[in-house]
Amino acid sequence: MELEGLVRRPCPGLRGLARGSRTAAVSLVNAGVQPAAVSCLFPLPADIISTVEFNHTGELLATGDKGGRVVIFQREPESKNAPQSQGEYDVYSTFQSHEPEFDYLKSLEIEEKINKIKWLPQQNAARALLSANDKTIKLWKITERDKRPEGYNLKDEEGKLKDLSTVTSLQVPVLKPMDLMVEVSPRRIFANGHTYHINSISVNSDCETYMSADDLRINLWHLAITDRSFNIVDIKPANMEDLTEVITASEFHPHHCNLFVYSSSKGSLRLCDMRAAALCDKHSKLFEEPEDPSNRSFFSEIISSVSDVKFSHSGRYMLTRDYLTVKVWDLNMEARPIETYQVHDYLRSKLCSLYENDCIFDKFECAWNGSDSVIMTGAYNNFFRMFDRNTKRDVTLEASRESSKPRAVLKPRRVCVGGKRRRDDISVDSLDFTKKILHTAWHPAENIIAIAATNNLYIFQDKVNSDMH
Amino acid sequence: MLSKGLKRKREEEEEEKEALTVDAWWLDPSLPAVAQAPPAVASNSLFDLSVLKLHHSLRQSEPDLRHLVLVVNTLRRIQASMAPTAALPPVPNPPAAPNVADNLLASSDAALSASMASLLEDLSHIEGLSQAPQPLADEGPPGRPIGGAPPSLGALDLLGPATGCLLDDGLEGLFEDIDTSMYDSELWAPASEGLKPGPEDGPGKEEAPELDEAELDYLMDVLVGTQALERSPGPGR
Repeated sequence: MELEGLVRRPCPGLRGLARGSRTAAVSLVNAGVQPAAVSCLFPLPADIISTVEFNHTGELLATGDKGGRVVIFQREPESKNAPQSQGEYDVYSTFQSHEPEFDYLKSLEIEEKINKIKWLPQQNAARALLSANDKTIKLWKITERDKRPEGYNLKDEEGKLKDLSTVTSLQVPVLKPMDLMVEVSPRRIFANGHTYHINSISVNSDCETYMSADDLRINLWHLAITDRSFNIVDIKPANMEDLTEVITASEFHPHHCNLFVYSSSKGSLRLCDMRAAALCDKHSKLFEEPEDPSNRSFFSEIISSVSDVKFSHSGRYMLTRDYLTVKVWDLNMEARPIETYQVHDYLRSKLCSLYENDCIFDKFECAWNGSDSVIMTGAYNNFFRMFDRNTKRDVTLEASRESSKPRAVLKPRRVCVGGKRRRDDISVDSLDFTKKILHTAWHPAENIIAIAATNNLYIFQDKVNSDMH
Repeated sequence: MLSKGLKRKREEEEEEKEALTVDAWWLDPSLPAVAQAPPAVASNSLFDLSVLKLHHSLRQSEPDLRHLVLVVNTLRRIQASMAPTAALPPVPNPPAAPNVADNLLASSDAALSASMASLLEDLSHIEGLSQAPQPLADEGPPGRPIGGAPPSLGALDLLGPATGCLLDDGLEGLFEDIDTSMYDSELWAPASEGLKPGPEDGPGKEEAPELDEAELDYLMDVLVGTQALERSPGPGR
């Protein structure tokens, strides 16, 4: 698959305004961004992208950042005039989702960073998404307005009341088209549900409930009810000194509304059935791979910690990411994964240094393509990796301004570990560990991927106009 | 380079140098550990690094629990491997080295117990537990005795007896009017453990331990005021 660049989200100063929407304009001003005036040299911490998510049709792409903002991109409808040019993604709406908060009782500041965004399945003309920071989840409704009524009898065009003596006849107000305005409003705020930091949210296939997981607990919410939630998993020990394991990620099964999985810092996955009990502390299935004795080290546990878990679209498999590998698990086999792919095994001998600089704790995400035949995950040096499950071929690509002008085809990269070195190879020691691709997303149907590289968003698509493998 | 781009202290750089040399020997099972630099020293740098990380993690206003747990577990592994039992291979080195090693281990055991005890005590403050943190009893010498009850217990003791005469239903009634349901601290862990704490849990049981005197005084005023109200008979009685 050859990938070419579609659009690159610019630095904060060059982000540009969302189309219409007073809300978006206000939020940009409040965020202190000077539209289109400042060229950025350094990535501002507030603009570091912290989550990326396509909606169910792939028409919209939402990103959340460290400053609590959500930026939604919309794919332009394909132009009939230029059938070769696929629809590109443009900014659709920008809004401030979360603000920094101060917990007065504990004297703690709650970060506004958006940890996760999940789209709700579309049920009417409006669209909705859930966005979560460390403590609070919000449901945002996104509506479009492209018509407005004109010709009121009692009000004039500016909305001021007319002098009744001037009204001599009645008219019926008519709807006239107007410039598209995108309006975003918070419809629900699910607060006070979590003592610890939220790491995942997942919408149930029943479209009525969703779950939110923090380090020690998972809560089940109803989308319409904000003042209570049900605790469905609690792994907090009676004595905090006995704490040896935390929850790292969780997700509902895509089809079975009673099933969900959660991963742990010890590398295990637990599949739970909500029909079995109200509190799903007891798993239905435990997926765990025994430690490889030849690879044992002090860091075995840290590198086995699962940073992301994703069900396949089919619902038959799960994809997990730990520090050095991505693994595919079959729901019917608990003993070991059915496939293991090395993301950057050349780091295995560097674990001590990576422990020292804390890189070993980085949490990478992973993604399936629409047909579950290719999996993708990020790495260091702005590299990301894709593995074809059928051909067993893999590729390393780079998301950077230098290597991806719009329409330029991405060139595969290679990391050399000594031995024969080809011309464009990068040596392990010259990898930039500050450039990490933690967040990636794959369009649900087409070969379009979104890659977040610090504060830049890259969208790549397959050069060949094909749908799925 | 393996750099986060942050200015690093000199000690950390030296540690990294040591750590990088550690890389070679202890991951390679074929090399006898003793043929390289003395194992205790090499592990010691990793141990020190881990303790440093633990301290740093706990000093955060809200520690990243995953990071903390992973570091603690790694520290335990390192400490277990440093135990002067069968874990270490026989040392044909000059006698000075084993003595040094033993001294290091002895002091590090005591240091570890002390560090772990104090650090876990800090953690329990953050999480609001009142149970006196036990030192990791299975590791090393008994360690230092925990200096009295943790301050959190002290604060609660202050509340308890002083208000005993005002309350009919003991300490639990103390917090009836304060809705702290979102703060899930298990101060009364043994008594309340039958109930799984949840966000909608009864407001009666929780209280953050970090009460300073001003807050205590305020609470006392509120309670005294409330008790006065409760004592007067209601209209329906």
